[in-house]
Amino acid sequence: MAKAELMDYDRAIELFEPVLGFEVHVELNTKTKMFSDAPNFFGGEPNTNVTPVDLGLPGSLPVVNEQAVKYSISLGLALGCSIAPSSRFARKNYFYPDLAKNYQISQFDEPIAFGGSVEVELADGRLFTVPIERAHMEEDAGKLTHVGGATGRIQGAEYSLVDYNRAGVPLVEIVTDIIYGAEADAPELAKAYVSTIRDIVVSLGISDAKMERGNLRCDANISLRRRTAPGEPPAKLGTRTETKNVNSLRSVERAIRYEIQRQAAILEKGGTIIQETRHWHEDTGQTSAGRPKSDADDYRYFPEPDLLPVEPSAELIAELRAALPEAPAIRRRRLKADWGFTDLEFQDVVNSGLLTEIVETTAAGASAQAARKWWTGEIARIANSRGVDASTLVTPMHVSELVALVEAGTLTDRLARQVLEGVIDGEGTPDEVVAGRGLAVVSDDGALIAAIDEALASQPDVLAKIRDGKVQAAGAVIGAVMKAMRGQADAARVRELVLERASA
Amino acid sequence: MSFETPPTVSTSANSRPAGSGEPGEITTEQVAHLAGLARIHLTPDEITKLTGELAAIVENVAKVTEVATPDVPATSHPIPLTNVFRQDVVGLTLTQEQALSGAPEHDGSRFRVSAILGEEQ
Repeated sequence: MAKAELMDYDRAIELFEPVLGFEVHVELNTKTKMFSDAPNFFGGEPNTNVTPVDLGLPGSLPVVNEQAVKYSISLGLALGCSIAPSSRFARKNYFYPDLAKNYQISQFDEPIAFGGSVEVELADGRLFTVPIERAHMEEDAGKLTHVGGATGRIQGAEYSLVDYNRAGVPLVEIVTDIIYGAEADAPELAKAYVSTIRDIVVSLGISDAKMERGNLRCDANISLRRRTAPGEPPAKLGTRTETKNVNSLRSVERAIRYEIQRQAAILEKGGTIIQETRHWHEDTGQTSAGRPKSDADDYRYFPEPDLLPVEPSAELIAELRAALPEAPAIRRRRLKADWGFTDLEFQDVVNSGLLTEIVETTAAGASAQAARKWWTGEIARIANSRGVDASTLVTPMHVSELVALVEAGTLTDRLARQVLEGVIDGEGTPDEVVAGRGLAVVSDDGALIAAIDEALASQPDVLAKIRDGKVQAAGAVIGAVMKAMRGQADAARVRELVLERASA
Repeated sequence: MSFETPPTVSTSANSRPAGSGEPGEITTEQVAHLAGLARIHLTPDEITKLTGELAAIVENVAKVTEVATPDVPATSHPIPLTNVFRQDVVGLTLTQEQALSGAPEHDGSRFRVSAILGEEQ
């Protein structure tokens, strides 16, 4: 891939105003698919979770999953949207084998939810309101694997293999209005927005929301508008690109930043931005050109004749509204108070995008402080060095188990970090890693005393100093004992025992 | 939004038949193109025949727009039924063998299709 020219970020923001828009697809965690009673599960043996409906076989008819409709209404309400008294499905026609029917059942002119907003918190605590245009129901597509060709990418592939297990999985697509005013914070806002959507769907319990598994996917639209002098009329909106394949919070932020720098460099040289989809490449940190796209992309939408309109009653909407969890901003305030975090500690958590993980870790039994320390400390550090989101490395349950092992004295912090590494590298649960690597703290005083006596015997001068009351000299002995124990001892206990043996 | 959602389309444009701007404008090129996209092999004779038939259908549908006045609401579902739902309960699925039984080509677990020069929608 040819390396695109990039403008310095600050310079780009000086010259241009970034204008954003996001489409976030959320896979619902219903038991069955959107329009068939096949299990909503993929990742198993290909083409086993399919019915004639999912394969678009002649004579098969879709039927709407009621639970998916309820989840969609709840999500719409949580996004501050109005719920349409009547909404209908539409066929989005296109020729591509990821859906066997040659159309996707979606919603077009009558989405179930419209006109909302989401409050997003930036790193410095400022709140930003993201306008939501609509949230509509649709079905996910199957998974294509392109075979042959040099790169494995679509161009040049010789043939493709299709697994329809994911075809028909219920999706809600959340579409923002045009977002102005993010300015230099645009990349951060993008990350904070997707993170907030993730927190919302997790607190609603309607999606597993794992970005790395594609449960939550973000298409990021961005264009640049040239700044004009004060008093002059604003410039026209620039041509936008839509970046796809952004599968982590980290990449959302990076992709927006990259596109700002790339587009600014082109515009400044008098070039034009091509309206197209672009693909984000996590490994190179760049986007590459995809399909040209126009506002007039004609999918020949028409009302889906096989499905009847959805007309939720006012009672159902009221019932779902009453069952909504707290709004994200209120929830954040409550959690901060419950956990007793300082402003700085809490901001750290929000910025890390790990609020959900920390909530789940405390739900599994760990203290909030311990959960915060591990997630925003060691786990975030490893995630950063590996270029992935921390949430993909380890489960909240395992972190909670690790915390419990430290609190029980089975592990020191240092040993716990080694155990964490083992868990991340797939060696099993914390208990299994402790057993497998033989990492538990030596709590047997007998073994410690033997090592201490040996260390004291080999350093008689130190022993004499301790007996003279120079307690700090014990450090040398403690160090020798910790070394002998390969670090698997509680230093405080060793110190106690050293002083005890020295004065014996 | 704005970005992805195409501009609101009137019902008449929405129900416009595929492959044409104005009614009656079906050409043999359009039919051949659509057949290619749909992976349906058509002989030149079949293309000519279908072009004529599709043009006639389009013409007939166009008559509806002549009689429909602006005060007639668009009808997508003639039967006054709403909220036909299914409970979220897993039912029977096809076996992999059944799923692939109608496929012209497969690799034993997945459908095999020609490479498409295009992208996911």
